[in-house]
Amino acid sequence: MSGPGGHADPAYLLDTSGPAAPPRDNGELVFRAPWESKAFGLALALTEAGLIDWEDFRQALIGEISGWEAAHPSGEGWSYYDCWVRSLERVVSGKGLIGAGAVADKAARLAALPAGHDHLDAGHDHPGAGPDHPSAGHDHG
Amino acid sequence: MTTDIDPALRAEALASLLIERGLVDEGVMNNFIKTYEQSVGPMNGAKVVARAWTDPDYRERLLADGTGAIAELGFKGPQGEHIVVLENTPDVHHVVVCTLCSCYPWPVLGLPPSWYKDPSYRSRIVREPRAVLAEFGLELGEDVTIRVFDSSSEVRYMVLPLRPAGTEGLPEEDLAALVTRDAMVGVAQVAAP
Repeated sequence: MSGPGGHADPAYLLDTSGPAAPPRDNGELVFRAPWESKAFGLALALTEAGLIDWEDFRQALIGEISGWEAAHPSGEGWSYYDCWVRSLERVVSGKGLIGAGAVADKAARLAALPAGHDHLDAGHDHPGAGPDHPSAGHDHG
Repeated sequence: MTTDIDPALRAEALASLLIERGLVDEGVMNNFIKTYEQSVGPMNGAKVVARAWTDPDYRERLLADGTGAIAELGFKGPQGEHIVVLENTPDVHHVVVCTLCSCYPWPVLGLPPSWYKDPSYRSRIVREPRAVLAEFGLELGEDVTIRVFDSSSEVRYMVLPLRPAGTEGLPEEDLAALVTRDAMVGVAQVAAP
């Protein structure tokens, strides 16, 4: 799964701006890392498949965001897609699609994979994928 | 739910589980990502604005039924079920926020920029809109009324900005090229070419 939102995506190479340009935010991409795009795509795919209800997800997201804000009055460390993926997990497990501890178990197994395994996108800085971007243990060679 | 999982790892674990169990089709997921990364964006809204500036009948339909008039140009989809268009005038300026999360009219503007989702914008634009707009570089006269619209219900708002002076002879296509995302959220105005 090296493809989705990966650095081979030509969109970030385009230098155009303004409304006729691909949907980028005045120089920043819609997603700042591949995991954000994955979290986004999952929510839409689950909704389209009728497995979750978008309004349930929105309510979970509102709860997650307000909880985060209450716990972090300074706003430091904010990650919108962190709230997004937590909400999605909550809704998906609430629907019984996965067990309560399934994500934690899976995450532990994924984290235990040897360095260089190209599954994890953590640490990638999507738009800045240049020669000096942090490679976080990746080995694409 | 365990709280100390790195978000990238959490997303990866969730994706793997859902795909392995056949609940999510990876192709469908990737198509959504590609669509919103590459195809759906503010250029759609810019076309709507340019049409409204040049066609008074369309402008009227747009203000009466945003979703319907926007669909006339082929733009529809998730988060576009109930779009209301707010028309700026020399006396009234509109600006849009979603105070609770990140509701936004995807079919015309694509996905929201980071600042729109930021806790600081979401709370401050309501409390001190004039100051926040000034930070965006938009200094409005004291005689201009600022109205802040909260998209947190089912309604998604889009701003119809003021047409800049000196653009009377421009064709629709050239007008669309002037319109920015920020102007359609209401944190900027459209500048003359």
